[in-house]
Amino acid sequence: MNIDAIQNGIVIDHITAGRGMRIYELLGLDALDVSVAIIKNAVSHRDGGKKDIIKIDSDIAINFDVLGFVDPGVTVNIIRNGQLVEKRRIDMPERLVNVIRCKNPRCITSVERSIDHVFKLTDRKNMVYRCLYCETKVAQ
Amino acid sequence: MKRSVIDILDLSTEEIESLIATAQDIIARPAEYAHACAGKKLATLFFEPSTRTRLSFEAAMYELGGNVLSVTDAATSSASKGESVADTARTVSCYADIIAMRHPKEGAALVAANAASIPVINAGDGGHCHPTQTMADLLTIRREKGAFSGLTIGLCGDLKFGRTVHSLINAMARYPDNKFVLISPEELKLPSYVKKDVLQEKGIPYEQTTSLEAALPQLDVLYMTRVQRERFFNEEDYLRLKDSYILDAAKLKAAKGDLCVMHPLPRVNEIATDVDADPRACYFKQVLNGKYMRMALILKLLKEAAQ
Repeated sequence: MNIDAIQNGIVIDHITAGRGMRIYELLGLDALDVSVAIIKNAVSHRDGGKKDIIKIDSDIAINFDVLGFVDPGVTVNIIRNGQLVEKRRIDMPERLVNVIRCKNPRCITSVERSIDHVFKLTDRKNMVYRCLYCETKVAQ
Repeated sequence: MKRSVIDILDLSTEEIESLIATAQDIIARPAEYAHACAGKKLATLFFEPSTRTRLSFEAAMYELGGNVLSVTDAATSSASKGESVADTARTVSCYADIIAMRHPKEGAALVAANAASIPVINAGDGGHCHPTQTMADLLTIRREKGAFSGLTIGLCGDLKFGRTVHSLINAMARYPDNKFVLISPEELKLPSYVKKDVLQEKGIPYEQTTSLEAALPQLDVLYMTRVQRERFFNEEDYLRLKDSYILDAAKLKAAKGDLCVMHPLPRVNEIATDVDADPRACYFKQVLNGKYMRMALILKLLKEAAQ
């Protein structure tokens, strides 16, 4: 399957197969008025396995924390004038701000207005994030 | 510089030692501290009923020569009009020098601390943290057992929702050679994240049991807790579990002669009144120790805020 190369935009590559749609939703790409292609189950040249790819036909600002949270290890390629100008491998962020919401009904974030929903990385090895306020673990 | 205490782990072991030293000096020389906070005001903001913790903070401030502004009932406060915790903290910062706050929501004290321009002491945020209770527990253990290491510590009752239990485990896990015996019904076992992140992570020995009688003979410290109605969504579960463990004088015969029996109070019937006269009953000493540690903490935070 072929998708045309983009001239100016972003390619999010090496997404773990099956996580492409979650990234699409958390990045709010559905709200953009630009062409976005999601390729699911593409063959990875790294290991021959499957991966997802998202191509965005515009040089928009990306929340790298979302990528690092959902799928650390993805790469972001910035394309300008048809050329790869930057390639970044995304790691897990130490803090997540307003990416997800705490599900604990006893947490202050369930009632307090105008408060950032903040999660901190407490266990990098097991990819565990906890709410800054109530320490509830995020179910990935 | 302004600093708040939300979690017992906000205080290093060195700071705990320093606070204990201050508390013991207050016990030895109360007159020296009678005017230490003259001209300062403590605001006690209690959005959840707690007579004893509020009175402890207020008594602490009065004994330091300071004054107290008190909100005792959320129904009469601005919170009932929909004011946010952050706005309440900002407002009270204009009136007082330090805040002690209890709130039913977990993390409320951190929200207040982030918004306030004065130090905030967490006096309990739902089932999350209650650091000054743990400070009271630590002073009691130090005064009764002389050390924080080499102890077998039994924790009994509601280990799931009991914030005092989680905080005490966190605090005592920082000292060497302690062992924990976790005594609870199946439904109220210690959450796996506390076991995994604290006990297993640090290689601290622990055992779990449903039998208080079986655990009692090996214990140096027994920390009893109440099954709290307010932590249950389901009344039936509360009624089924509330009388799981009752310590009485007959059971205590099997315990060590120098056991230290503690309870964060209030008790309902977890400790029979026939235990009260036993020299091993330390729960009312714990109350007094709580006041001394709160005095030491208020002094420390006000001093740091002035620097």
